[in-house]
Amino acid sequence: MTNSQLTPGVVPGRLPAESYAANFSDVAPPLDRHEARVAADRCYFCHDAPCVTACPTSIDIPLFIRQISTGTPDAAAKTIFHQNILGGICARVCPTENLCEGSCVRMEAEGKPVEIGALQRYATDHLMAQDGHPFRRGTATGKRVAVVGAGPAGLSAAHRLAAKGHEVTLFDARPKAGGLNEYGIASYKAVDGFAAREVDWLMGIGGITLASGKALGRDITLGSLTADFDAVFLGLGLQGVSALGTDGENRAHVAHAVDFIRELRQSGDLSTLPVGRDVVVIGGGMTAVDAAVQAKLLGAQNVTIVYRRGQNRMSASQHEQDHATHSGVRIICNAAPLKVHGNGTVREVEFMLTREGPSGLEDTGERFRLPADQLLRAIGQKLDGVPTGLAMSGGKIAIHGSGRTSISGIWAGGDCAAGGDDLTVTAVAEGRDAAEDIHAQLMEAAHG
Amino acid sequence: MADLRSNFIGIKSPNPFWLASAPPTDKEVNVRRAFQAGWGGVVWKTLGSEGPPVVNVNGPRYGVVYGADRRVLGINNIELITDRPLEVNLREIKSVKRDYPDRALVISLMVPCDEESWKAILKQVEDTGADGVELNFGCPHGMAERGMGSAVGQVPEYIEMVTRWVKQHSRMPCIVKLTPNITDVRKPAEAAKRGGADAVSLINTVNSITSVDLDLFSPQPTIDGKGSHGGYCGPAVKPIALNMVAEIARNPATHGLPISGIGGITTWRDAAEFMALGAGNVQVCTAAMTYGFKVVQEIISGLRDYLDDKDIAMSELIGRAVPNVTDWQYLNLNYTTKAVINQDACIKCGRCYATCEDTSHQAIEMGPGRVFSVKEEECVACNLCLDVCPVENCISMRELAIGEVDARTGRAVKPYGNWTTHPNNPMSQTAE
Repeated sequence: MTNSQLTPGVVPGRLPAESYAANFSDVAPPLDRHEARVAADRCYFCHDAPCVTACPTSIDIPLFIRQISTGTPDAAAKTIFHQNILGGICARVCPTENLCEGSCVRMEAEGKPVEIGALQRYATDHLMAQDGHPFRRGTATGKRVAVVGAGPAGLSAAHRLAAKGHEVTLFDARPKAGGLNEYGIASYKAVDGFAAREVDWLMGIGGITLASGKALGRDITLGSLTADFDAVFLGLGLQGVSALGTDGENRAHVAHAVDFIRELRQSGDLSTLPVGRDVVVIGGGMTAVDAAVQAKLLGAQNVTIVYRRGQNRMSASQHEQDHATHSGVRIICNAAPLKVHGNGTVREVEFMLTREGPSGLEDTGERFRLPADQLLRAIGQKLDGVPTGLAMSGGKIAIHGSGRTSISGIWAGGDCAAGGDDLTVTAVAEGRDAAEDIHAQLMEAAHG
Repeated sequence: MADLRSNFIGIKSPNPFWLASAPPTDKEVNVRRAFQAGWGGVVWKTLGSEGPPVVNVNGPRYGVVYGADRRVLGINNIELITDRPLEVNLREIKSVKRDYPDRALVISLMVPCDEESWKAILKQVEDTGADGVELNFGCPHGMAERGMGSAVGQVPEYIEMVTRWVKQHSRMPCIVKLTPNITDVRKPAEAAKRGGADAVSLINTVNSITSVDLDLFSPQPTIDGKGSHGGYCGPAVKPIALNMVAEIARNPATHGLPISGIGGITTWRDAAEFMALGAGNVQVCTAAMTYGFKVVQEIISGLRDYLDDKDIAMSELIGRAVPNVTDWQYLNLNYTTKAVINQDACIKCGRCYATCEDTSHQAIEMGPGRVFSVKEEECVACNLCLDVCPVENCISMRELAIGEVDARTGRAVKPYGNWTTHPNNPMSQTAE
């Protein structure tokens, strides 16, 4: 049985075996030493640099770039990790064009920013390639903190708490730590098991016990955590996925993009992963792009992202959109799904063309259909399974100050907490800041 | 189109750009390539006396100072004069000159400080048909330890004595090459003139240690764990050279003495600056060593375009800035400027703010939205902001008209007045 890009249906092995490794190789290969030096030379070492302001974790970017340019990349990495212990993955997945690089004064000067993300990766890779861990734990405090969710927010919080000398137990519902880094982003952004390696490296600080396969509400309860620990941090992420609410959505081969990505990320052999010939992805965010591009790279012949609003409303960055179109993905905007046609299995998706009206999206009355043997939903994730008792805000856990929830002794951060922007780097910042607040409160209590 | 043909102390060349006596001019093959690339002249690498040639180190000869992107800003060398037999060099000089009669070919010389040695070599050089000689009184390493090079150049009496021998025993034009490793460059220049030199050339290299190997704890270039000082050249030494050229050009004792300008000339602009300060022609080395001989083509086209734009002849450029080189005491202390930041050109890096706030006069304000503006009441017009701004012409200095009130002092700008007449000067020549 040999399949090709033309084989109808959802089938594995559409490509020659050797294509998979090439297609899923590093999307942005690392800078070598010379490239890093040249890139670092472009930094102006700005005063009160706009890139630092734009970074949710406030990494001292001019300083770390200067450290690279003077031949001390490990010092640069420590500058980064001091603010952002997940600086490695952030260097790979941050939408830098909207953050540090977007605010680089070189944009104003030449429209071409200093390659901050690539330089950050150069420095962090350099340090992480060595044995050991760059930070040492403070004196043991005897305090115990539970961190629920081993994604970016939880890992960041756990590391900072451990560094302060607290004993941390890090719970996660899944078998592996890493959260979205491990399960939720395109594999070409973090090749060679980077997410898992980063977790191992981060845990190198000591004082963090990983309790995987433990889900809140199933294996552990908020009550037991508050009883057993001195403080609790919730970094639950967004486990729930949204449905289209469209007729015919329950047909076969209609799936959630996050599930498609997770299976792909955990697959040991990409040639065994089934993918459609005509794949339609509904949504306008990073998840839609990650799913669409990877479907294309798996050998789908036609992949289309359909977004209900105008292109300027897509939450996927311009860089991500360009990456999609360069990969051969077509993006259709101002089209909303009406009905999933098919006979047991999806065959076509019917859309209405939309326009922005004074009171929201309007139906223009025009219709079109796209052939689809696989339909992926990427229209957002939501928070599910929050323990009762926590005040909520806009469907997320309400927080004030540095991640304090409505219940004393419980903090929250990352995507599950209200107010963030659903970015890895923001989750890292929130986890870090909550950890500092937890530390301050625990120490105040201890000395109080 | 501007005429770049040059006649320097009777030595003619199609342009005023010569390669300096240095590694690029040590052999026939190099010199031929230089002439093919368009160099107007070459000063052949220094010849020594007949006999066993000098020997060079067999380890690294150069040390380098880099700017951004590994741009070469300065090179230090510990190479000696030619290490090839004298007769080989003479034969090659003759051969090159025969094939390139229109180019200047000047021979650099360094022999022991006795009349017979100089007399002997001058005769041999004359026989090659070369256009002139340049006396190497500048080389600061190796040969100086043997009483030659800068050991002569640092003693004006020796310069005068040797120059006199050369002029006595040869009809060739004679250029004396000066070392910058001296307190007052006017003294050796005056000595050269007294000895009858037709011109001086300067600067030779500057004593230097370019860097230290932080693993070996040895100066670089490192020869088996040790290093000695070398001679520094390249763009980094240009400001030193420009000053020394100007000092000689405006010194009444040497005014009018032809000068061949040397020191970090890399572009047409550098060459034009040397010429404006009085150099009749210029010599280049490091730029060629960094980029190859082809750089002369940019220097030629650039100077030509500049002269055309200015609508002046090359002869009008030479020395044009000399009258404007003066002593500090004659600078107009009433001349007042203020920095102005062009907001349209500003990229908001804030370097002007950091430098002014941290190291100068706290005269730049950082407003909301990173808008940087000058506080005229604090600005002393030091222009450091302009110097560190990455965008050319973003910051400029606005000249205050006479009568306009300086917001810093609260006083109206007065007409010309210098230190010699300033009320704060105890030696002031005018009473209030």
